[in-house]
Amino acid sequence: MSSVELQHISKRFPTVAALSDVSFTVRDHEFFVLLGPTGAGKTTTLRIIAALLKQDEGSVLFDGEAVDGLTPADRDVAFVFQQYSLYPTMTVYDNLAFPLRSPMRKTPEPEIKERVQHAAEILRITHLLDRKTARLSGGEMQRVSIGRAIVRQPRIFLMDEPLSNLDAKLRESLRVELQHMQKTQGNTTLFVTHDQIEALTMADRIAVLDHGRIIQIGAPADIYDRPATTFVATLVGTPRINLFTAARENGTYFVANSDLHLPMPGDRAMPQQVQVGLRPEDVKITPGGRFTGVVALTEPLGVETILHIRSGQQTLLSILPGITPLRRDDPVRFDILHERLHFFDVDGKRV
Amino acid sequence: MATIELKQVAKKFGNNWAVKPMDLTIADGEFVCLLGPSGCGKTTTLRMISGLEAVTEGAILLDRRDVTWRHPSDRDIAFVFQFYALYPHMSVRENIAFPLQAEGEKKENIDKRVAEVVDLLRIGHLLKARPSKLSGGDQQRVALARALVRRPAAFLMDEPLGALDAELRETMRAEIKQLHLAQHATTVYVTHDQVEAMAMSDRIVVMSAAEVQQIGSPAQVYYDPANLFVARFIGSPGMNLLKGRIDGERVQVSGAGNTVPIPASYRSALATTGGDVVAGFRPEAAAISGNGGSMGGEIYAVDMHGSYKLLHVSVGEGEGASIVHIRSDRMAPYTIGSPVRFDIDPDMVRFFDPKSERALGRGIASPAARNDSKREVGQ
Amino acid sequence: MSATGLATAHSVVAPSSRSRKIAATLVILYAVISMVPLAWIFMTSFKTPPDSISYPPKIVFQPSLEGYCNLFTTRSRQTPEYIASLPPPAGVCDEVVRQRNMVIAGPSNYVPRFLNSLIIAFGSTFCAVALGTLAAYAFSRFKVPLADDLMFFILSTRFMPPIAVAIPIYLMYRELGLSDTKLGMIVLYTAVNVSLAVWLLKGFIDEIPREYEEAAMIDGYTRLQAFWKVVLPQATTGIAATAIFCLIFAWNEYAFALMLTSDTARTAPPSIATMLGRGGIEWSAIAAGSLGFLIPVVIVAFALRNYLLRGVTFGAIRQ
Repeated sequence: MSSVELQHISKRFPTVAALSDVSFTVRDHEFFVLLGPTGAGKTTTLRIIAALLKQDEGSVLFDGEAVDGLTPADRDVAFVFQQYSLYPTMTVYDNLAFPLRSPMRKTPEPEIKERVQHAAEILRITHLLDRKTARLSGGEMQRVSIGRAIVRQPRIFLMDEPLSNLDAKLRESLRVELQHMQKTQGNTTLFVTHDQIEALTMADRIAVLDHGRIIQIGAPADIYDRPATTFVATLVGTPRINLFTAARENGTYFVANSDLHLPMPGDRAMPQQVQVGLRPEDVKITPGGRFTGVVALTEPLGVETILHIRSGQQTLLSILPGITPLRRDDPVRFDILHERLHFFDVDGKRV
Repeated sequence: MATIELKQVAKKFGNNWAVKPMDLTIADGEFVCLLGPSGCGKTTTLRMISGLEAVTEGAILLDRRDVTWRHPSDRDIAFVFQFYALYPHMSVRENIAFPLQAEGEKKENIDKRVAEVVDLLRIGHLLKARPSKLSGGDQQRVALARALVRRPAAFLMDEPLGALDAELRETMRAEIKQLHLAQHATTVYVTHDQVEAMAMSDRIVVMSAAEVQQIGSPAQVYYDPANLFVARFIGSPGMNLLKGRIDGERVQVSGAGNTVPIPASYRSALATTGGDVVAGFRPEAAAISGNGGSMGGEIYAVDMHGSYKLLHVSVGEGEGASIVHIRSDRMAPYTIGSPVRFDIDPDMVRFFDPKSERALGRGIASPAARNDSKREVGQ
Repeated sequence: MSATGLATAHSVVAPSSRSRKIAATLVILYAVISMVPLAWIFMTSFKTPPDSISYPPKIVFQPSLEGYCNLFTTRSRQTPEYIASLPPPAGVCDEVVRQRNMVIAGPSNYVPRFLNSLIIAFGSTFCAVALGTLAAYAFSRFKVPLADDLMFFILSTRFMPPIAVAIPIYLMYRELGLSDTKLGMIVLYTAVNVSLAVWLLKGFIDEIPREYEEAAMIDGYTRLQAFWKVVLPQATTGIAATAIFCLIFAWNEYAFALMLTSDTARTAPPSIATMLGRGGIEWSAIAAGSLGFLIPVVIVAFALRNYLLRGVTFGAIRQ
């Protein structure tokens, strides 16, 4: 396994800049997630690392050495695609053996057999080895794809949204499996996704990408607790963060068209106009709460209920445990955890 | 507005059941979700209600009128598709007005009614645009407007949010529910996403393998699932389900020393079983307990979710080994491989027959009353 | 439901049993009508020459192999005395022919021309599909400069009617020594078919996700190896469908064959047609020849019919 470093990578496509000055390092044994919406440049980054695409500027380093001149085969990376990368005309066994039979490796058949068996055991697909891949379910296919990556102990695993075509239950369980496997085997992994839950749950560190630029790099808790911009704040967390525009008024921030007067942090200089972010779990429904509102909507999810509270013209979301007996139009009182308010300037940068 | 009644409605494709005979009565103004994995028959059921698919058996009543063999256009229903089905060569306004023109409505009336729904959905600024120029969310709003403008007796929606990204889905989910609360139109909504079904429905029809598994309120399907399928399918992650043997007031599960408590109210219901049961409990029903704890295992994976962490604990070894999901504090300092012990809230345990997979002693727990504040969210 | 019979007529989705019956009747009627010419050729091939031209046409007749004998042989007229002096007939054809006061002089050129057709049609199909697959792959996967214009140019070669270019080609072939050679015909049909092959196959190859080759290249294979091991096996349906279209064209082609071949490379279509001209029209022999000519295409299409259907609906059934 290796560390992978990107130095000032830029890539232009005929009409758009796909990547602008992207730099980050995936440390050895790290689970690193590139998170961003469609078109952010995540897959482009991955393809540049795999040499499926050539960057216009900048350099890719494996273990401190530039690999820019190397072909995909020579870089010795493993790539797990979103879909389609299993060969439908071959059995699962042949699919797993395929990289080992390449002219570069020419592994002897007994060793291939051993390594395929080992990978199949880790992924619990031993019973599928003789099947044609066209007969597999989505989850089984993606397991085999991952298996094809791990048979050959590459320098880094590159995964391009491998879970996004699976149904929710399967995604949940493969997420757990991937995390466990990565941690116990110590594979350096660069995982691309648009799903913030995948990023939060599996990553050691996350890089948030938007329009070809890195917005923030940090551990999941950092990204969640100290989002660098409103973009990151809304990208991460379900239900989404409450975000209001507020203006200074008598030493507080007042949210227009509402009854919300929010405290101003006293320890730093604050602008006249801000955007205030407030995570739903930091809005606490309590009988003696300082703020009042009316229930606009309840969304019972089972483990918790999302409460839409109307305050003046504004609506804010809160979370209650369990399934609440509160109904539409019920009055509620609530408190806001001051220390967990997020302030951003009008351009969306964290203050 | 109308009631919808399905009497022993069934559909066969060749020799295969797409939908086994099912009964369902939907009250006037009710929001009912048909929920299940792909291929469970939910969309076929919806299409039979709409008349796009003919039933093989049974009868469909709309407002107590038998419409089983009526043409879709005679049923006074509106259908919202996943892929919007907006006419690309017409403007948004023309799209919305289209069903009214088909009915030969007068021009003033059309204008008035289009204006009403446009107002309701807040899409006034889009009227002149072509559908292809709109975002996914706006396209779905226009599709909803086109359905609403007819003032049909019932709305049928086939995964209308399926093509949207997660963030938009959350927004649109609330919008559709708001819309329903404002209009009180009878709605049948098909989805494979249990979060959507829970959040929006008055009642949920859980389907699997062409069969209805349970019909109930979100609280009922969550706290009192009828069988193992529902227990697993509802919730994210689903219910923890452990095979075990009854041993007095507890169930022995997953190897030595691990037990799940049996609440007093269930004891008589469980007395009749042979002793083998499946014990189920939700991830929030388990709590890490320093030492002690009736269950123990090793941390298999830890999921950070922002406001909380989900611990995946591998319990037992060999045949009985399984992964138990525990919802825990966001600061929980666990690493993969470390041993933990935990307790299970007895009130939150449910039991199932391992053979029939049906719930034992259903209805003993009163789901509606579960508004516990035992767990603090966040922090 | 008690009123099912009446009620089903209202359902838009499931056709009623009455409309099913009407549809079935129409289909059967159409099938019968389209089978009539084939049945007629089949019957004619077993008629004697007088029967084949009798009016009104005979539906019931004494089957005879005379048509087939005439197809495969050349014959000469002899006096009855000479025929009587011959040893007893050696085969069915001998017997049939002698009844008409003729003897078999030698084999006809039907078999060599049939073989010409086979060689030229299959040879050119193979070349067109092989070249077409490679070209289509290049157009599908690489940034070919002026790709759209080139694709249009390739298609445009099919715009011209054969008659319009036959004379220049004839002159060209005469200079190159390719006229009336099998190679010449293979080259010509390949050139005509390759445009069709490129267009069809590009569509099929576009449908194969490029991730397959990329995965193989990351796994340590070259692009050519990846093409051979990964793309080709998945393109078989498309290749089979394309091959059939090419084969049908090359097999049935008439205009070029008539002008550019005379004897050594003459294919079956012009040869069957010219049988019309040789002193008295031998309808039963022509029918027998046509029937034989149908067989290879029918066999190939039948063998590949699954590929063909899947190929045609390729995009629709893909997940």
